[in-house]
Amino acid sequence: MITTTAKATKLAEAACPTPRIDQGRIQLGHGSGGKMSARLLRDRFLPRFGNQYLVGLGDGARVPVQGAEVVVSTDTFVVSPLEFPGGNIGHLAVHGTVNDVAMMGAVPRYLSAGFVLEEGLEFEVLDRILDAMTETAAACGVEIVTGDTKVVDRGKADGIFVNTTGIGFLDSAFRPSPDMARPGDVVLVSGPLGRHGMAIMAAREGLAFEADIVSDTASLAPLVESLRAAAGAEVRCLRDATRGGLASALNEIATASGVGVELSGDLPVPTAVEAACEMLGLDPLYVANEGVMVAFVAPEAETRALEALRAHPVGASAVRVGRVVAEHQGMVVLRTGLGGTRVVDMLPGDQLPRIC
Amino acid sequence: MKYLSEYRDPEMARGLVKRILDTSTRRWTLMEVCGGQTHTIVKQGINEVLSDAIEMIHGPGCPVCVTPLEQIDRALHLATRDDVIFTSFGDMLRVPGSECDLLSVKARGGNVRVVYSPLDAVELARGNPDKEVVFFAVGFETTAPANAMAVWRAHELGVDNFSVLVSHVTVPPAMVAILEDPENRVQGFLAAGHVCTVMGWDEYEPLADRYHVPIVVTGFEPLDILEGIWMAVRQLEEGRHEVENQYVRSVRREGNRPAQDLVSKVFRVVDRGWRGIGTIPGSGLGLSPEFAAYDAEIKFGLEHIHAEEPAECRAGDVLKGRLKPYECPAFGGRCTPESPLGAPMVSTEGACAAYYNFGRVQAGAAAGANS
Repeated sequence: MITTTAKATKLAEAACPTPRIDQGRIQLGHGSGGKMSARLLRDRFLPRFGNQYLVGLGDGARVPVQGAEVVVSTDTFVVSPLEFPGGNIGHLAVHGTVNDVAMMGAVPRYLSAGFVLEEGLEFEVLDRILDAMTETAAACGVEIVTGDTKVVDRGKADGIFVNTTGIGFLDSAFRPSPDMARPGDVVLVSGPLGRHGMAIMAAREGLAFEADIVSDTASLAPLVESLRAAAGAEVRCLRDATRGGLASALNEIATASGVGVELSGDLPVPTAVEAACEMLGLDPLYVANEGVMVAFVAPEAETRALEALRAHPVGASAVRVGRVVAEHQGMVVLRTGLGGTRVVDMLPGDQLPRIC
Repeated sequence: MKYLSEYRDPEMARGLVKRILDTSTRRWTLMEVCGGQTHTIVKQGINEVLSDAIEMIHGPGCPVCVTPLEQIDRALHLATRDDVIFTSFGDMLRVPGSECDLLSVKARGGNVRVVYSPLDAVELARGNPDKEVVFFAVGFETTAPANAMAVWRAHELGVDNFSVLVSHVTVPPAMVAILEDPENRVQGFLAAGHVCTVMGWDEYEPLADRYHVPIVVTGFEPLDILEGIWMAVRQLEEGRHEVENQYVRSVRREGNRPAQDLVSKVFRVVDRGWRGIGTIPGSGLGLSPEFAAYDAEIKFGLEHIHAEEPAECRAGDVLKGRLKPYECPAFGGRCTPESPLGAPMVSTEGACAAYYNFGRVQAGAAAGANS
């Protein structure tokens, strides 16, 4: 009954004059934070730029400065729409870099800010973005000390692109790093997952959900400071779960440390995010956050670390989501409520809404 | 979530698992037809906890997976045209054609857009009268009514710059094809709840009769699936072969009549190729002659585009349960989720992609080493 297609000729050249998948050009998936992003770095950037600071692929680098050591980290911000429930690109540009510096265990101090402005951007919008940066920087205790502006033709940028670079100071006894997770460590998450990504998606696609979803953009630096005071060197790794979501952050750490991660219990996904993801066929584990971090800490420090996180409004719902195991190295596995297992892999590229 | 969390309760699920394990006096082989069910089964590890009593064969019911290479190539061709805005559900964008996928075409300047409803594509056509808007109408009976509605609406509004590239498939002929196969191992089916919401379950009764096979119309949440499995196992243990409805909160015997009427006005039954399986007679929907003006294949003269599936791919054997994905020589090497040879490795809910993940947990990182 099952027969194969009788006659088939090779696809005419005119039909698809494009190279094989993934070859030859940048695709949006290269910016997803998934496997395509990782491969882009591995194949093109690291072989050329690779050095002792870069190879660790942390959120930033610890570099020597005249006998001392500082953390430096940079991030570029592109988002559409520029303004969304819970913030605008200005909030992201400050929080994003402040958080990356904090994930290296440092206290963020100075920021640079570079702007690519598109011809036609309204001053009103620009002012709101700059005001957001000013207020956010003040709240984070960082100063914007140098900057640059460029203007490009209409159509050459999405309103405004922002780059920020941050400098932070280190306590030399506190050096969390993605390659320091050890079997037995517990995995903590600082807050509810998926709010930023779903807020952006709702705003971008004009989707109205029953409950409004607001971006979680926030500084994580105070949480890191409290963690340092409470657990010090027992804090092994810190990572903010930005693009690619919690799943990608955990996969990066599992790979860097050569350990397995086992997720158990309920993950902190707000009802509205869960409902929106359900509707669109997306998995909240892969949805971006801008104010959530994952912390790997020694088992003895679990209670202290959770208390330290929960002392802040941003970390009020911090919770343990899993632990580090010696098995399935480089892999993240979720124990389901039924007792089954599911691999939580890195996605190849962007998460796409499903049909069924 | 209200109306969902009730169907995900772990305690009740464990109770059902126990009942299934206790009821089975031997190991039964069941097939879930729909990709949505495969997704839940894999995500919750249902096949793993039941493996002593039940072998689940993941059926061909993932529209993304089974869309034939030829239609993907035609989509790619359209998307490269300057005068076309090509619209699609999101997850079709990464499905590889012979040479590339829609995402790569987009990267090269093709106007490819994700829509959440086919009616959005009609609106896009109204807003862009100087462009041709094509919608990739794929899916089972579930998406057929909405896609039919888009064509109907375009017709009503006189939107003549809108057309659809149709690759609709239907479930019962695929089940017949599986059951007719001399090497078939499937002893019971979970029919797809949402397909039956539209079509009802009348058409499954002759199948249950003729092939002596239990068919349980089943929903998509963990408890739905476990209950569906339990109902199928009970039938098998008692020697019954009936159509039963587990998904009572959504499915009625006669289905959704207005939706069926619309589908039968806009579409007609055609032979359709299934990626990895081949052509199954009468298993597809194409546009009715009255709506030929909205047929992108005619409008853009795409009939000359044919494609050949890689001979190395043994998806047909996998989908029939004859070959375990990891027994395929290409598995994990030449064929991975990032560069799939065939249907079941294409989407996360395909059988090979599912095993690609499970195999790696069970056998360490070996199978995933080259990912």
